[in-house]
Amino acid sequence: MEIKKRVPVMEQAPEIRRTNFDEVCLGYSEAEAVEEAKRCLHCKKPLCVTQCPVSINIPDFIEHVKEREFEKAARVIAESSSLPAVCGRVCPQEIQCEGQCVLGKKGDAVAIGKLERFVADWSRENNIDLSQTLPKNGRKVAVIGAGPSGLTCAGDLAKLGYEVTIFEALHKAGGVLVYGIPEFRLPKETVVQHEVDNVKALGVKIETNVIVGRTVSVDELMQEEGFEAVFIGSGAGLPMFMNIPGENSNGVFSANEYLTRSNLMKAFKEGYDTPIKAGKKVAVVGGGNVAMDAARTALRLGAEVHIVYRRSQAELPARAEEVHHAIEEGIHFNLLCNPVEILADEKGWVKGIRCIRMELGEPDASGRRRPVEIPNSAFEIEVDTVIMALGTTPNPLISSTTRGLEANKKGCLIAAEETGKTTLEGVFAGGDAVTGAATVILAMGAGKKAAAAIAAYLKNK
Amino acid sequence: MYKITAKRLLAPSIYLMDVAAPRVAKSANPGQFVIVKMDEKGERIPLTICDYDKIAGTVTIVFQTVGASTKKMALLAEGDYFSDFVGPLGQPSEFIEENIEELKQKKIIFVAGGVGAAPVYPQIKWLHEHGIAADAIVGCKSKDYLLLEKEIKAVAGKLYVATDDGSYGYQGFVTDLLKDLIEKEGQKYDLVIAIGPMIMMKFITLLTKQYGIKTIVSMNPVMVDGTGMCGGCRLTVGGETRFACVDGPEFDGHLVDFDEAMRRSTQYQTEEGRAEIERQEKETGHVCNLGLGEHN
Ligand SMILES: Cc1cc2nc3c(=O)[nH]c(=O)nc-3n(C[C@H](O)[C@H](O)[C@H](O)COP(=O)(O)OP(=O)(O)OC[C@H]3O[C@@H](n4cnc5c(N)ncnc54)[C@H](O)[C@@H]3O)c2cc1C
Ligand SMILES: Cc1cc2nc3c(=O)[nH]c(=O)nc-3n(C[C@H](O)[C@H](O)[C@H](O)COP(=O)(O)OP(=O)(O)OC[C@H]3O[C@@H](n4cnc5c(N)ncnc54)[C@H](O)[C@@H]3O)c2cc1C
Ligand code: SF4
Ligand code: SF4
Ligand code: FES
Ligand SMILES: [Mg+2]
Repeated sequence: MEIKKRVPVMEQAPEIRRTNFDEVCLGYSEAEAVEEAKRCLHCKKPLCVTQCPVSINIPDFIEHVKEREFEKAARVIAESSSLPAVCGRVCPQEIQCEGQCVLGKKGDAVAIGKLERFVADWSRENNIDLSQTLPKNGRKVAVIGAGPSGLTCAGDLAKLGYEVTIFEALHKAGGVLVYGIPEFRLPKETVVQHEVDNVKALGVKIETNVIVGRTVSVDELMQEEGFEAVFIGSGAGLPMFMNIPGENSNGVFSANEYLTRSNLMKAFKEGYDTPIKAGKKVAVVGGGNVAMDAARTALRLGAEVHIVYRRSQAELPARAEEVHHAIEEGIHFNLLCNPVEILADEKGWVKGIRCIRMELGEPDASGRRRPVEIPNSAFEIEVDTVIMALGTTPNPLISSTTRGLEANKKGCLIAAEETGKTTLEGVFAGGDAVTGAATVILAMGAGKKAAAAIAAYLKNK
Repeated sequence: MYKITAKRLLAPSIYLMDVAAPRVAKSANPGQFVIVKMDEKGERIPLTICDYDKIAGTVTIVFQTVGASTKKMALLAEGDYFSDFVGPLGQPSEFIEENIEELKQKKIIFVAGGVGAAPVYPQIKWLHEHGIAADAIVGCKSKDYLLLEKEIKAVAGKLYVATDDGSYGYQGFVTDLLKDLIEKEGQKYDLVIAIGPMIMMKFITLLTKQYGIKTIVSMNPVMVDGTGMCGGCRLTVGGETRFACVDGPEFDGHLVDFDEAMRRSTQYQTEEGRAEIERQEKETGHVCNLGLGEHN
């Protein structure tokens, strides 16, 4: 094996995987993992670590993999991350850890994500117990939302002895990991359920079907139910629409609706009652992970799928691996196109989407070149279904029902970055609810910081 | 798990259930709804809250069997469980925030069609408990289908019943009856609250618009999560997109785009569901004898 090249990972072949919902990437075998681990230089000043939002000691865990000490590797990761099987699969590694790996300058970066996933899967399959819990101290903390931020915060607090209850609006814990990210990227029964079970094994209670702001308020939790502190990890679940003509036609769905029907409600599986209108020819508007997931789900449900994105391929915000997989699977990319109208037939069902061609102009505030319309370039794509994957914002349900809890103009809760402290005494927040739609690892990191801050706060209270 | 503590057949294919859900009962208000799920494979089914007992910790739902899920639900017996029961969802009825003394000055009439009689009951009851006697029109196909007559009578001012076949009360649609009350009997109403099939609510709003009477309707579009996450329940109200599950389900009926809402609600219709809805439309006022709008 050439040292500049990473050990390739086994994947389902594109023509096969496009017909099923099984995981695309099969992960490294032991031998492959060890082989790949050998490529790491164990740098004295590892740049990879500086780009991991939770600063996993990457060279150390990889060293253990190299020595086949997988349990030790798992313990190194566990010091910094509680969801390695998830992050190893879904982190945008190319712009985080792997993006700064020195090997990346002259060849392939070390496959840090794949190695992390290997270690996490190995430790799950070998039932390694990584939990170390202090005796219960009888003090109650409420966590709102069972996504990555809430699960992490709850797990960390439980380890410190706090009695933690998570209140989750949906009927299932996991947040975006269960309702958004599809099975073929993140298996639910094995990986996600295992992470949830781990948190429960630490003594955390999860009460599903509780919508804070409706079923119970933050004030009631603190004043009537005896919770001394609250962590809000309610995510950014509110879907945006474009507000173009025809958007309420039959056959136009938000990516959240489409994905929730397929993932959470399992509409893709025989025997489940929730229906989904898969569509025969589908346009997905957007270029992020959500758009790729919706597109590849529609493909697996039997549709011909067209991504419509207003910038070029270089600007696609999705993980590089997902874009690569989508192209391999035969998703059509209509780049530098912006929808201006959704066309409907006389019965109100979608029959097409009218777009305008774009070109890239000067860089905007985000540093990306701003797309500008090319005059008189409108054209139509014939489709029967349109999925809007334009991004999401935090749901105002909690901020609007909790006096003193402040949010900014975009609806994001105001919270200190290092502690998650909000404008309300005893109330902390983190993850997408604070940052707007971001990543699993950032949400998890925020949950960890908040857990530490909550423990410090309660100690002094 | 949420136990069914009581079950009753109210009328052919219409069932009432009391479900043990203390958190929901404690926070419930008139106008809100719940989402129930029967088991792992079940869908999330939105149902209006028809009553609640904060002490016993139970919530009452009334549902009509229209498609696969509601038919399966009808097979559940007292002592069985829902795997999930979440709520209260949506905004409470506007009037519970209003000044009671001002509310007492208003003449309110509820108009219910079919299974809509069930959700108007907690609203009339709430008003009754606050010293306000609201009138009600309840319409249904025939006498056998009349829901909660005794209960509503006990809390309403005047109760008018309309049956399509004339087997009980007024013969005709609720729209005709409301029109008669206003035109022939000289009744003056300040507020109409209409709950029932979308087609009925549409025609009620067309009628009340003529008289300039403020009209609240309770919208029931297709929903998944009920928390604002999927956007499947979106409606156009006053030219703007609103999510029925968080902004509603009650809206100013004169601002709602009913034709769009009715079209959107057919998106996931199954054959049996569609047949049932067509039947309802025939029964509750598809014949527009007001000369106000096109037939649907
Ligand atoms: C389709 C899709 C694909 C993605 N792909 C990736 C990827 O590849 N890599 C990556 O890093 N990130 C990805 N993301 C983003 C990532 O999933 C999120 O940034 C992350 O899940 C945020 O975690 P969180 O805990 O803040 O919120 P969430 O995961 O959104 O969890 C919030 C939880 O709180 C619950 N909740 C909300 N309001 C209330 C309330 N009032 N009361 C009780 N509970 C409430 C919600 O039901 C939910 O379960 C993707 C997102 C989507 C939608
Ligand atoms: C806020 C709200 C309150 C409601 N209150 C009541 C009530 O108190 N009593 C009652 O009998 N019915 C009520 N409904 C309607 C009830 O949810 C549907 O009848 C039920 O979901 C039908 O499911 P099904 O599988 O039996 O029928 P299907 O054959 O699947 O559907 C029949 C029709 O019901 C509607 N429907 C189906 N699934 C949904 C869904 N997930 N969300 C909304 N509508 C759907 C569709 O318009 C469809 O055409 C309410 C709906 C909403 C949104
Ligand atoms: S958590 Fe994410 S960024 Fe950190 S090492 Fe793992 S894959 Fe890289
Ligand atoms: S930068 Fe690359 S080579 Fe260096 S320690 Fe990190 S993973 Fe290993
Ligand atoms: S039901 Fe999903 S947003 Fe209203
Ligand atoms: Mg159904």
